[in-house]
Amino acid sequence: MIRRLPHVDRVGIEERAAQLGKRSIKTTAKQQGIRLAVSMVDLTTLEGADTPGKVRQLCAKGVCPAPTMPEIPSVAAICVYPQLVATAKEALRGSGVKTASVATGFPAGQVSLEAKLRDTEDAVQAGADEIDMVISREAFLAGDDTRVMQEIVAVKDHCGDAHLKVILETAELGSYDHVRHASMIAMEAGADFIKTSTGKASAGATPGVCLVMLEAIRDYTERSGRIVGFKAAGGVSTSKAALHRLVLVKETLGDEWLTPERIRIGASSVLNDLLMQYAKTETGRYGRSEDFSKE
Amino acid sequence: MSSSTDTRTSIVWDYAPAPESADHIRLSDRYGLFLDGEFKDPQDGRYEPTINPATEQPIAEVAWAGRQDIEAAVRSAREAQPKWAALKDLERAKYLFRIARLIQERSRELAVVETLDGGKPLRESRDVDIPLAAAHFFHYAGWADKLRYGVNAREVAPLGVVGQIVPWNFPLLMAAWKLAPALACGNTAILKPAETTPLTALLLAEIAQEAELPPGVISILPGNGETGAALVRQKKINKIAFTGSTAVGRDIQAALAGSEVRLTLELGGKSANIVFEDAALDQAVEGIVNGIFFNQGHVCCAGSRLLIQESVHDEVIGKLWQRMRRLRVGDPLDKNTDVGAINSAEQLERIEVLVAAGEEEGATRRTIECEMPDRGYWFAPTLFTDVSPAHRIAVEEIFGPVVSVLTFRTQAEAIEKANNSRYGLAAGIWTDKGAKAFEVASALQAGVVWQNTYNHFDPTAAFGGYKESGFGREGGPAGLRPYVRIVS
Repeated sequence: MIRRLPHVDRVGIEERAAQLGKRSIKTTAKQQGIRLAVSMVDLTTLEGADTPGKVRQLCAKGVCPAPTMPEIPSVAAICVYPQLVATAKEALRGSGVKTASVATGFPAGQVSLEAKLRDTEDAVQAGADEIDMVISREAFLAGDDTRVMQEIVAVKDHCGDAHLKVILETAELGSYDHVRHASMIAMEAGADFIKTSTGKASAGATPGVCLVMLEAIRDYTERSGRIVGFKAAGGVSTSKAALHRLVLVKETLGDEWLTPERIRIGASSVLNDLLMQYAKTETGRYGRSEDFSKE
Repeated sequence: MSSSTDTRTSIVWDYAPAPESADHIRLSDRYGLFLDGEFKDPQDGRYEPTINPATEQPIAEVAWAGRQDIEAAVRSAREAQPKWAALKDLERAKYLFRIARLIQERSRELAVVETLDGGKPLRESRDVDIPLAAAHFFHYAGWADKLRYGVNAREVAPLGVVGQIVPWNFPLLMAAWKLAPALACGNTAILKPAETTPLTALLLAEIAQEAELPPGVISILPGNGETGAALVRQKKINKIAFTGSTAVGRDIQAALAGSEVRLTLELGGKSANIVFEDAALDQAVEGIVNGIFFNQGHVCCAGSRLLIQESVHDEVIGKLWQRMRRLRVGDPLDKNTDVGAINSAEQLERIEVLVAAGEEEGATRRTIECEMPDRGYWFAPTLFTDVSPAHRIAVEEIFGPVVSVLTFRTQAEAIEKANNSRYGLAAGIWTDKGAKAFEVASALQAGVVWQNTYNHFDPTAAFGGYKESGFGREGGPAGLRPYVRIVS
């Protein structure tokens, strides 16, 4: 495969992304936007210290984020390491909230293909509805697009019915040209979602990166007819940032994309800010972080 | 995913109306002429309403200057000029810095009034017009004590009294472009704002009062074309600076021929925006949108002639059309509006005439569907393809949200087509190849060439035209030259 890089102009894309950050989202639009954002959250815990107890608490939070505000929907999914998938699956039973698992040597992806496939199989067998894999940045940066693609195809084969989200880890790719190119490789290889980041790198779902990936999705979907979703992960820690990402989606892909089936926000800390901002639209006052449980 | 049965949430999300409040605006019902540092009634007592083009409602009554008022303004400016020029350079600078800061302080109010009076989206008056107007005063305040370094290390002297006529598309910004360099160089100025948009210039007069600018240094004389024509024909003025249409510019030049009055003209355009096949196409599409739909296309340097390389024509048009359909047209005061109202009934008619000509001549027209208010002057963003270089819409300035698309095959053809115009104000080049950008830029007959961007303005950069787009430069050190004479 000969690499032909697309052109993305850094200044232009960042200007456009920043401009869309100035949309004024107030009153009912803010309430609806926050509810929508909550419904798209992949509530995540990816720590060495994760235990079944912590995961069960997080699941309870995901199913009913704010017992005092019943109009707030459940989140989209709970995202954990493969070891804890079974726990999460059990805790989420009957709630409609999906169980997602990172796999394939998350977050660095520096393990053999066999290990990646084994990791994926484990998670799927434990009941994961969604697999969040990482691409091999080592192969991508060395120019080996074929291997990047083959790995995604192989993982997809091992996913069975589970949806595959492909993490590009954009902070490690070095340019918007690379982000766009990697997005196309992932979609051609069969990704159901493309996702910005692991949350473990220096930067995450910056507005520019999100816009480049959304434009890639728009062009790919238009050409192939196959719908691919988008997940912004890493660095989206405030309601303002979350709503900015939704504006990018709305004005790049259109309203039909504004559903948790197509858009996700991967985060651990944004949920409580969304709840606090929602409560503020109701009460007119900013609450305290203690008003909502951490998990 | 499309097979997913998850129907827990079905949340519709649209932006709620987000109108900028106009409650804080302190507009008077009536504005006089700004003369001798005060607001005064015109000699013949003529007041005319200025209306909001988005609602057709009157906003305030504004005095129109007659011949006697112009003569009085010239006397006042003449008297003030030697004292103004004799001030220490740094003292003149202080006044300009003060004006710049006051514009910043009153920026929210100025933005709302600019939008009410002219119809442009608040997003633009807030983010572009007002900050840039302040930036121009800051920039030229900095030059006031460094004039000789701005003009080739020569000793310079002011020209005297300058008459300045500005258009309605960027009312305050054009006033700043004209006044700031004139004052920095030690001239006094008589400014005539446009007939349909006098209000921010009158607020600028209030700012001049607040800054304690000596009387006579700035006079503001609203009026129509006749007022401008009378100002131009004033024998005791040393220089005329005009921004507006080529037809009026021609008339001014004829009137001043053979006189000692200096002249700079910034006129119309039919600027080429050239998209090469190796461009970053999504950003090029943004640039096309910004080039032609910014300020409803009421921009002299608008990228109204879009030249697309044939190999990417269909792809670019597809992306452009999709992008155009997401433009939000409507209430200019709404912070989420992208395209506002057409400035006047007269301008709307001019646009409609040219668009009808485009259809008659056989070009393919596409206009976005959008809900528009019942009252006011509106024209939805429009795209013409299959345009031939001979069509009127490829030749004449439309000055509205209408883009005409032509194609080219090679770089040489792009240059030839871009230059095949009686205008030469601006151009855009979209390519990822640096060498190509420089080659094309140096071959284009245009005063401003943007690469991989469009309609970006900065007080440090010179702006002005070739051919029938006028002569003289505004902005940066080049913008000092038209306001001084070289002494030694």
